[in-house]
Amino acid sequence: MTPLLQVENIAKFYGPRIGCTDVSFDLYPGEVMGIVGESGSGKSTLLNCLAGHLTPDRGVVRFDTRSEGLRDTITMSEPERRMLGRTDWAFVHQHARDGLRMNVSAGGNVGERLMAVNARHYGEIRAEAIDWLGRVEITEDRIDDRPTAFSGGMQQRLQIARNLVTGPRLVFMDEPTGGLDVSVQARLLDLLRGLVREMNLSAIIVTHDLAVVRLLADRLMVMKDGHVIETGLTDQVLDDPQHAYTQLLVSSVLQV
Amino acid sequence: MISIENVSKSFVLHNQGAAEIPVMRGASLNVAASECVALVGASGAGKSTLMRMIYGNYLTASGRIMVGEVDVAIAAPRDIIRLRRETLGYVSQFLRVVPRVSTLDVVAEPLLATGTKRDVALHQAEILLTRLNIPERLWQLSPTTFSGGEQQRVNIARGFAFPYPALLLDEPTASLDPTNRATVLSMIGEAKARGTAIIGIFHDHAARDEICDRQFDVTRFTPGLAA
Repeated sequence: MTPLLQVENIAKFYGPRIGCTDVSFDLYPGEVMGIVGESGSGKSTLLNCLAGHLTPDRGVVRFDTRSEGLRDTITMSEPERRMLGRTDWAFVHQHARDGLRMNVSAGGNVGERLMAVNARHYGEIRAEAIDWLGRVEITEDRIDDRPTAFSGGMQQRLQIARNLVTGPRLVFMDEPTGGLDVSVQARLLDLLRGLVREMNLSAIIVTHDLAVVRLLADRLMVMKDGHVIETGLTDQVLDDPQHAYTQLLVSSVLQV
Repeated sequence: MISIENVSKSFVLHNQGAAEIPVMRGASLNVAASECVALVGASGAGKSTLMRMIYGNYLTASGRIMVGEVDVAIAAPRDIIRLRRETLGYVSQFLRVVPRVSTLDVVAEPLLATGTKRDVALHQAEILLTRLNIPERLWQLSPTTFSGGEQQRVNIARGFAFPYPALLLDEPTASLDPTNRATVLSMIGEAKARGTAIIGIFHDHAARDEICDRQFDVTRFTPGLAA
């Protein structure tokens, strides 16, 4: 099987400081990988390099495109990369307002991404938007409201609907449940799990919440000071951590 | 079906003075199809550790753990994920699920993950839950709020939903009343009859003697205990 994403020796520096370095992995279709580590460990830098938001200083990122197979996404032209960002890729930001257009209605937010891939029929776009709002449990009567009128959890679900409506194959998520209260988190996790299964999505989830990765991710990567210090099956890394830092991280979690 | 050769394992606690604790040395065990083997030994001898190593939950320092065609000791995460989906089931003592997911969906999940149609999978889940005496009014609720015994039965239903060729059971009858205990024992018997290789930990000795073909004493391979 061809990996959906191949990452080789990615490095990004901020002047003399290391953002992230020597990161390599393969992600296969249907796989969910978690990246954990403390603030400043380089996990968001890495995610942004992979998603084309930052240009890494070294390394190769190959994505298995529908038409031409594996392509290097760092050296491809900007329009090609933007096209991937609108179609096969999705990016769920920690703060929904970074991923939504706050002055456009909920339906418009979802429909906009469809129009970006050449959907033109108003009735169809609206029907698709209603369908997706329903899937993320936003009722049809809220379709004309702006996200500013939504709660934080609803905004996050709207952001997910906006991202997934074009049927992406790879979803990047940066702390998707951060800043939400626990009952909303659980709902969102349930939703994400279902969508990953139904759509055979691959996903890379950056978080510092170990409970979230245990429930969502098949594989785990632990980062510290810009380096990957441990990788493996999620439950294995959490239950039998090998590296001193991972042991500290796992044993520091407060039990409820 | 399951073939363990000369495995060893130690834990290194980096944050507690880098203490190295050897927990297993030179363990070997073969379990054929239709065979049920009980792991025995005092608490702390390494029964659960060995079971977790077989499941890939703990890393194996050296040796081979063949489950079907896969060597769990060296397999890549994605190969272990596939093994767990299609070949190796595990009924742990504790239920760990996404909050808010209904009991029916929790039990049907192993079937859905292997491509069974949703209605067929849910029907199978209903049969298992009925058999294990989980009242129908609870089926749409999340098992996270259930009592200990109910959670364990949900866990067992989930573990037996898909006919895995190999199965690991960690205290499957621990907190069950006599009726449910008998049901679980007959489910284990049926799994054996259809060719499942089973490794179990049973503190319920009567259950162990009834269902297991032989015992495997892990104490012999516990460094510091055997000598």
